Amino acid sequence: MTRPGIQTVNLWGGLITFLTVLAALLWAFPLYWGVISSLKPEDEVVRPFIELWPENLTFDHYLTALTTSQIGSWYLNSVAVAVGVTVITIVTSMLCGYALSQLQFPGRKALWWLILASFMVPTQALIINHFVLVSQLGLINTWAGIMLPQLIHPVIIIVYKQFFDQVPKDFREAAVMDNAGEFGILFKIYLPMNWGVTTALSIVTFIWTWNAFLWPFLSVTKTEMMTMPVGITQVNDAFGVYYARQLAAAVLAGLPVAVAYLMFQRKVTEAITLSAGIKG
Amino acid sequence: MLTNRRKDAFVAAVLVAPFLAIYLLVFVWPTIQMFGISFTDAPLIGSGDWVGTENYERLPKDPRFRTAAWNTAYFVLLTVLPGTVVALLIGLGISRLKGRLQSAILALFFLPYILPVSVVYLIWDWVLNFQFGILMHILDLFGMDRIPIMKTRTWFMPAVAVVTIWWTAGFSILLFLAGLRAIPVEIYEAASLDNAGRWTTFRRITWPLLWPVTSLVFTIQLIAQLKIFDQVYLFSVGGRPNDNMVLVYYVFQRAFQQDQGGRAAAVAVTLFVLVVVVSVLQFQLLRLAGGRK
Repeated sequence: MTRPGIQTVNLWGGLITFLTVLAALLWAFPLYWGVISSLKPEDEVVRPFIELWPENLTFDHYLTALTTSQIGSWYLNSVAVAVGVTVITIVTSMLCGYALSQLQFPGRKALWWLILASFMVPTQALIINHFVLVSQLGLINTWAGIMLPQLIHPVIIIVYKQFFDQVPKDFREAAVMDNAGEFGILFKIYLPMNWGVTTALSIVTFIWTWNAFLWPFLSVTKTEMMTMPVGITQVNDAFGVYYARQLAAAVLAGLPVAVAYLMFQRKVTEAITLSAGIKG
Repeated sequence: MLTNRRKDAFVAAVLVAPFLAIYLLVFVWPTIQMFGISFTDAPLIGSGDWVGTENYERLPKDPRFRTAAWNTAYFVLLTVLPGTVVALLIGLGISRLKGRLQSAILALFFLPYILPVSVVYLIWDWVLNFQFGILMHILDLFGMDRIPIMKTRTWFMPAVAVVTIWWTAGFSILLFLAGLRAIPVEIYEAASLDNAGRWTTFRRITWPLLWPVTSLVFTIQLIAQLKIFDQVYLFSVGGRPNDNMVLVYYVFQRAFQQDQGGRAAAVAVTLFVLVVVVSVLQFQLLRLAGGRK
């Protein structure tokens, strides 16, 4: 290869890298702008020019949002619902995935097709009858009511089945020799061997549930029972036209999931690619 | 042997039962119910009289339903293909980077996807604010007229489409990156030995090998955008919800604001069938594409 060739390649490569980095910064700018605006005093936010850094940096809006609004109860509701959904979904999916992967039983094929078919079901179309169901059970405005329709994530069963399928058969045979029961095999061998995927799936289930909007919005009518993402959009009068304070509330709503992502970046991306049907 | 098998079946039943119970309760039962009430004049809560296919027959004549169907199609058009192209370009850009820089840049693109829709809404509502939004300051700088973007018919759907692409591209980028990583380096090395140019390499190697991922990204988005509601609802508050109507919004309005469960269910069934048909087609197409390889 000739020298000028290499140089043009590097020039092109450099340009593309530069453009990618520039695009990333522009992409993230609205996030920066939202956060930085929440750290400005109200009179500074509405100034008629662009200031990329606050003149008087303040955390007052966070303090006000946390102390004078119902954000405390919304946080509690969101945490309770997200943890509840995550635990129930992961446990039921793991048990079902193990049965599908390791046991022979009548109806196994049918169950597998049922799970695959459920991918097609648009839950948004079921809102009317979810509402009827949850009100018949008397669960409107309760944590259980917010959780119930969110407890099904068929993809988690599929991922578990794939991972359990990959565990070498020798482990199972040895355990059966030792007279271990199915629960013993699952909890002492299959689960510990798949802790990685369990944590990854738990983190994304938590994030999905935390972020859910439509159902928590429909199933709650009392402000004190709202989840964080619903509350910050429904209670405008609590903030009036206090832009900075409203943005502070938005930052507080996004913070747990953003932190979860930044802490477990690898796990989150792994689980998300897995859930789309691509092996990471 | 026989007792063993029977024991297996019993254990399996115990393991599967919790999932199956929830599945029947929150998936199968509501689906059957939805079809049932769509043939009645039931309110949201409570039963109604059988009206046959009347709820369906009214749909084509209902201007608001037509707006909803049109807007949903328009939104799909504005997001699916553009979203796929944007994510592909960004994915190609990120795949050239290495190590810490790569994960930092990926994080910047991916962060919006991890946020609740209402946070995305509040941030963009602030950016686009007619009085104080930074975008309006930028329009001022260029001497252009300010636009109350989310209050106009022309700009609403395109603007929501841009926000949606911004919010969700991270997911597609991730899939493209996984796809790009799966292409063996040797193929590129062979291509560079043959002095293949950048475009040729992309056209002859990257594009065809990435095609399964591209079609996956495309169809996942297609199905997701047919079900659009959250963003449209949030940005319509205080605006023109009836002009911005989409299918799920229509279901919500009929059922929860006008207390017409039966008529809402007819639209829900329409959406349900639409999504199932698209999913089946997607599955068949992917299988065909897989068979051709």
